[in-house]
Amino acid sequence: MNAVERLTVLKTYKLYVGGRFPRSESGRVYEVTDSKNNWLANAPLSSRKDARDAVVAARKAFGAWSGATAYNRGQILYRVAEMLEGRKAQFTREVADAEGLSKSKAADQVDATIDRWVWYAGWTDKIAQVIGGANPVAGPYFNLSSPEPTGVVAVLAPQKSSFLGLVSVLAPVIATGSTAVVVASEHAPLPALSLGEVLATSDVPGGVVNILSGRTAEIATPLASHQDVNAIDLAGADELLAKELEIAAADNLKRVLRPQPVDKVDWSATPGIDRMTAFLETKTVWHPTGSLGASGSSY
Amino acid sequence: MASVFEYAPAPESRSIVDIAPSYGLFIDGEFTEAADGKVFKTVSPSTEEVLSEIAQAGEADVDRAVKAARKAFEKWSALPGSERAKYLFRIARIIQERSRELAVLETLDNGKPIKETRDADLPLVAAHFFYYAGWADKLDHAGFGTSPKPLGVAGQVIPWNFPLLMLAWKIAPALATGNTVVLKPAETTPLSALFFADICRQAGLPKGVVNILPGYGDTGAALVAHPDVNKVAFTGSTAVGKEIARTVAGTRKKLTLELGGKGANIVFDDAPIDQAVEGIVNGIFFNQGQVCCAGSRLLVQESIQDELLDSLKRRLSTLRLGDPLDKNTDIGAINSAEQLSRITSLVEQGTAEGAEPWSPECELPSSGYWFAPTLFTNVTQAHTIARDEIFGPVLSVLTFRTPDEAVAKANNTQYGLSAGIWSEKGSRILAVANRLRAGVVWSNTFNKFDPTSPFGGYKESGFGREGGRHGLEAYLAPSSPEGER
Repeated sequence: MNAVERLTVLKTYKLYVGGRFPRSESGRVYEVTDSKNNWLANAPLSSRKDARDAVVAARKAFGAWSGATAYNRGQILYRVAEMLEGRKAQFTREVADAEGLSKSKAADQVDATIDRWVWYAGWTDKIAQVIGGANPVAGPYFNLSSPEPTGVVAVLAPQKSSFLGLVSVLAPVIATGSTAVVVASEHAPLPALSLGEVLATSDVPGGVVNILSGRTAEIATPLASHQDVNAIDLAGADELLAKELEIAAADNLKRVLRPQPVDKVDWSATPGIDRMTAFLETKTVWHPTGSLGASGSSY
Repeated sequence: MASVFEYAPAPESRSIVDIAPSYGLFIDGEFTEAADGKVFKTVSPSTEEVLSEIAQAGEADVDRAVKAARKAFEKWSALPGSERAKYLFRIARIIQERSRELAVLETLDNGKPIKETRDADLPLVAAHFFYYAGWADKLDHAGFGTSPKPLGVAGQVIPWNFPLLMLAWKIAPALATGNTVVLKPAETTPLSALFFADICRQAGLPKGVVNILPGYGDTGAALVAHPDVNKVAFTGSTAVGKEIARTVAGTRKKLTLELGGKGANIVFDDAPIDQAVEGIVNGIFFNQGQVCCAGSRLLVQESIQDELLDSLKRRLSTLRLGDPLDKNTDIGAINSAEQLSRITSLVEQGTAEGAEPWSPECELPSSGYWFAPTLFTNVTQAHTIARDEIFGPVLSVLTFRTPDEAVAKANNTQYGLSAGIWSEKGSRILAVANRLRAGVVWSNTFNKFDPTSPFGGYKESGFGREGGRHGLEAYLAPSSPEGER
């Protein structure tokens, strides 16, 4: 009897919002292909409503996530790296398809991505000592500046680097305690959508990261003008769209991280701390230290 | 005070830990006998049961371990920080996985309550490795110049009061910065360090990066004096710390010392009494008072002395002393017969000098090393028990009238490790904190530790800080032009 070649089971790629995996509320999908135009999947084509739902989920998650200890956030982010390590084969395949890379080049990208998670996992409880500290004011005051997360951050993931680029812009946002609404690379959204499955099984609370696929401009426009979004990373926007979104973002003075020129981006280089500081507020607390009277009574 | 009701025994099972009848030295990734074949026994302080027989490192072994560490240094320090980080993250995770086993082991070998090893020591140990793991690839951001360099081989000597935690405080920052280590655990508590050797094996740590040499003071002295050691880190008594400072004089060895203390716990008249009482108890009876930063001098404002002492005595009467493996135990065993006799003689001296001791009614087990919680009133600053570190469950109570007097008394010591301030008024706390010559000041709390928070002393409590960004400096080469960077 001739063996029949086994037909593979295909994955339905879905959004990741509030810890769940919904389809787009619009019911729309779009065709995602590899670099040779072969069909890979039908990804959800997110709507404005999906974007707004994602903001609601991110806001809901912000209190607990920003209030968690930095140590706890570090443990959870490290757990993400552990989970990614176990799914290397899957992500290597997806990145190879998405970016037209050889298997070994794609594997290098995935390795670098996992190490990038680990790098940011280590930052959660260190950034405060690097950018905060005591201020020697000229008076009898205790004066301490500490970084605090800004809130809900809309992240337009880089269009080309579907996984390393994505993680390089997402991890700094959540490491420091903000929550994120991520717009995946328009043409290569599958690694991002699969990342949602990793986050869902890594102790990252639902809503901390929300991942949308679709047309970047269509999803980014309502996010940039959304009054409950505190900041926006324009990494995945072209020059024209970036300007338009920055104008919209000015309405509630979102913190805006402008895109770097595409030919200048090297996602493999060890990042600096600017992707974290971009989404941090500095809070300075004053407290009198009292003065020493002769009798000590003025304490 | 008679108990309202008795607690049923709630012993933690010791079957989770498998202690071998004997252990070797851990050199270059292998367990090995001492060159001269010497061994010593480690006992459980609560029962005097012999737990295991341990190889005792001599000078030849120290030399072998330093050579192994030197050989490993070349590759270890050349690894990208991100790779060193991943080794340390592995170690942190394995410690978390094996934390109950290690907690039971530590309680058996040290005598401290399982409640403490389980809820304080072990979580802090794992957190410390996790924290410094993250620094390994971020040293450029630590404020010690660009591309800071490791020193080389670190010789580390640790005490018996927090065996595994002190190991973590020493080894984690040393490895993160690219140094290799030879560590000598205390002679009464070598077991958890030897179990740590097994954790290094599980983590796949390259051979020679961590070497463990159990032994007595002479082993530590040989390690500190070894000419190929670049860094010496010691936690222990001030007397030994001074001896080490003399030993390294004239060499290029970098030295950090974390030594004794006589911490003042200052309670103002507006302090919340119940909270303060808990803090005082925690400050001096945590780990049977065998803590360098213990709040061993209570400075209470005169107007609330009676109320506070009544409350404190009532609370002390409810402390449960006994089997350290029992989950309800508050006070465990003193670590060794030697330490017990030191405590006993200081307490006798306190009484002889005119201070008044008080202890709750407390039945001591018939075997093992035990000392009932004790507080002294009628103590003056001239009394030995107000000046010398007792390192036991003994509290000296002094009084003050004004904040100035409190500050003066608190600072009237050769030490400067810790202090506590209890008051509802923030400005008073901060003003007093500003004037205290102590490395750690706890306000309305006591004995809090965190890997991100620098710890270390002023004056004769030592120098250098462990923990936090500051803790990296002890293991990095100086950034001055004359430095070797």
